[in-house]
Amino acid sequence: MNDLNANRLSNEPALDRLPRFDGYAKQTPYLKDPVQKRARKVCETLEDAIRRSGLKDGMTISFHHAFREGDKTINTVVELLARMGYKDLTLASSSLLSCNAPLIEHIRNGVVTRIYTSGMRGKLAEAISNGLMQNPVNIHSHGGRVKLIQDGELKIDVAFLGVSTADCFGNANGISGRSRCGSLGYAMVDAQHAGTVILLAEEIVPFPNAPASISQDQVDWVVKVDQIGDPSKISVGAARITSNPRELLIARYAAEVMIHSGYFEQGFSLQTGSGAASTAATRFLEGHMRRKGITASFALGGITGGIVDLHKKGLISRIIDTQSFDADAAESLRTSPDHIEISTNEYANPGSKGAFVDQMDLVILSALEIDLDFNVNVITGSDGVMRGASGGHCDVAAAANLSIVVAPLIRSRIPTVVRRVTTVVTPGECIGVLVTDHGIAVNPNRPDVRERLTAAGLPVMTIEELQQRAESITGEPRPIEFLDKVVGIIRYRDGSVIDVVRQVKA
Amino acid sequence: MKLRRSMLFLPGANAAMLSTAFVYKPDSIMFDLEDAVSLREKDAARLLVFHALRLPVYRGIETVVRINPLNTPFGHADLEAVVRAGVDVVRLPKTDSAEDVEVLEREVERIERACGREVGSTRLMAAIESASGVINALSIAKASPRLIGIALAGFDYVMDMQTERGDGTELFYARCAVLHAARAAKIDAFDVVWSDLNDEAGFLKEVDLIKRLGFNGKSLINPRQIELLHNAFAPTEEEVDYARRVVAAAIEGERKGLGVVSLNGKMVDAPVIDHARRVLQRAEASGTRK
Amino acid sequence: MKIVKEALAGTLESSDLLVKVSPAAGDGLDVVISSEVMQQFGAQIEQVVRDTLNALGVTDGLVVVEDKGALDCAIRARVQTAVLRGAEVQTFNWSALS
Repeated sequence: MNDLNANRLSNEPALDRLPRFDGYAKQTPYLKDPVQKRARKVCETLEDAIRRSGLKDGMTISFHHAFREGDKTINTVVELLARMGYKDLTLASSSLLSCNAPLIEHIRNGVVTRIYTSGMRGKLAEAISNGLMQNPVNIHSHGGRVKLIQDGELKIDVAFLGVSTADCFGNANGISGRSRCGSLGYAMVDAQHAGTVILLAEEIVPFPNAPASISQDQVDWVVKVDQIGDPSKISVGAARITSNPRELLIARYAAEVMIHSGYFEQGFSLQTGSGAASTAATRFLEGHMRRKGITASFALGGITGGIVDLHKKGLISRIIDTQSFDADAAESLRTSPDHIEISTNEYANPGSKGAFVDQMDLVILSALEIDLDFNVNVITGSDGVMRGASGGHCDVAAAANLSIVVAPLIRSRIPTVVRRVTTVVTPGECIGVLVTDHGIAVNPNRPDVRERLTAAGLPVMTIEELQQRAESITGEPRPIEFLDKVVGIIRYRDGSVIDVVRQVKA
Repeated sequence: MKLRRSMLFLPGANAAMLSTAFVYKPDSIMFDLEDAVSLREKDAARLLVFHALRLPVYRGIETVVRINPLNTPFGHADLEAVVRAGVDVVRLPKTDSAEDVEVLEREVERIERACGREVGSTRLMAAIESASGVINALSIAKASPRLIGIALAGFDYVMDMQTERGDGTELFYARCAVLHAARAAKIDAFDVVWSDLNDEAGFLKEVDLIKRLGFNGKSLINPRQIELLHNAFAPTEEEVDYARRVVAAAIEGERKGLGVVSLNGKMVDAPVIDHARRVLQRAEASGTRK
Repeated sequence: MKIVKEALAGTLESSDLLVKVSPAAGDGLDVVISSEVMQQFGAQIEQVVRDTLNALGVTDGLVVVEDKGALDCAIRARVQTAVLRGAEVQTFNWSALS
């Protein structure tokens, strides 16, 4: 052993409280073991990884939801944590879907007592809306989640991140291997901020894995699992162009609104999301772009095959991808150098030093309800039960030059345009245009847009006219009855509370 | 001069379609009680259409109902329902002779009197679906002042002719005959449906053909075809420019009391002016061709 | 109008409804409604169903409605169809159907 310290530096007052050298592997003992040095992060089982992570009751665990309805990570991990006896955990998944119904049992048994999520669907959402949890769920936007993390309210202790491939050191991505979800935009944030990062990798590949969406310097533990998710269930059916004539009508209007918006110029940018009408609108846009001879500089957000198609045809220069909505998007991310993976921090966080949404021209958004002030609800259904997700809705709406909401005026008997939305997720001041199958309404705060759309011969009406038309067809809906208990808190992207969801009266 | 380019077929038994179809804004909407409705659902479809016709949302749009032939057990009940519900136009299928129209007209008048509807306010159209019908097209077209038009229905016709749908050769005579009969009777003429929804190019080719022949429009089986058809019927910007100048010259001529005016050395007479007005009407409805 | 046999009308497709009528076990009219839009439109649906039955002079029987978000016009049409089928009536007074 080297005895440099003892002999030469022991009584040097200038060094005062500085630690003295104590061997080359004092901080990195694994370097002394040739096997450990390389494989020290790899755990035999998920249970090993959890034990080594130092997770304790009352801590916060996190997940990404890139596999959407095909996710096999969240339920598996929480189930195991329950069996290991954990209690009182805060679950911070970037979102939750219908497939997460098994969580109900773990909430009931006190394993999970708090939730942060962008949204929820199915039986889980129904149970929570009916008062399953003591503490209300915090519903945030994609950008807002990063803001809550940065501000310290949401402190992730252990992140469980499913990846299709990782090497033994934790270099991981979602574009190689069997179960490819594409972009790891959500996971990248958790990898950066979590106290401990556990990768659940479907395949362990030789070091160094590339590209490294999640980098080795962020990863504590790597464990191989059988399956992280089923990529065939990511696509919500919007990958193929809809043949529904009503969706196509809305899509055609939406495309016309875009081209006459004043922003349809060489180098414009767009985000269209995954809805059937907005995907079809992208298709209509192609013809208009060719006729006008212009191309888009970039498409942002959740990416679908429709966007990829325009990219391949040279009509969209770059794709900026925080979530891949189908296999075409994931494949394009793998193969095109101009298809770029970004974190949700880069995508939409209002606290980041530069979010892509700030550079957005035209965005197409959906709505469960929109009211006379253009406030949008994408969370609660007509029965007051939560069944949607905040997603990037309020993030892009706030930043884009023009936000276009597309929705059928009536869904079966439920009017979409209402006097007052059940739950405000995106404030009306951020919404420029509403496109329905019955007509188009322009926010009075955008007289410039209204003038252009009217001049183009589009069926422009007031939102009051649309609301009355809906009600004349459906009859006047009776207000939903709620109890006093708050079951959901809607957090605006800056962390402020914009609304609450109350328990529905059974 | 009512514009009738698109006549959208809706199966009468489909509640969801009946509740939304008006949003597609075809020139006319045709509720079908005949071939699109199974025998077991004839009563149900009749009542659905009866109530749909009374919806305020259909007031701004021309409504047509294809009833079952009057020699079936359903035809008379269909007629009773739709005339009472205020339908704009009754479409009679399988019209072989003027007499078929006359029988229909008498029934309609009886019902109008019985329910207190203004006599003559129910208009008619006749669908020609057989060799006899084509041969009798002129007398059919002139059979009643209530007729707004006659339509060729291709499926039954080609069966009757012992042929099948192809490139249009099989319909050549029937199209010309029906069109001439309609023009001689000064009523509208409608072409057959195009049933292969996914063959957009084939549809547009046929639309182009029947437009050049002179048909007013076409029966459609899917809302997706409406915009394609309207666009194909829309005049070009040059046509609109020229039509505007024709109409302006005509107004100027009238002001000066001239019988005939000329534009750029060409004579502008009544038929030219009528044509120009039709061009402007189509442009008004759907803009210029894209 | 008297319901003499069990009869169905309508479908369970979206924006439609299924109506089942049966002869009365005892006296009076029993109307059972389930709907996807019960919260906001349950009362209105029941009103339309009862008004329609009343106009047809149906005073006894069981009427079960399974609604999938149909508009009032479809509800009227389906109830009338089911009743006419259940009453085995071929000819009727159209003004009672308005």
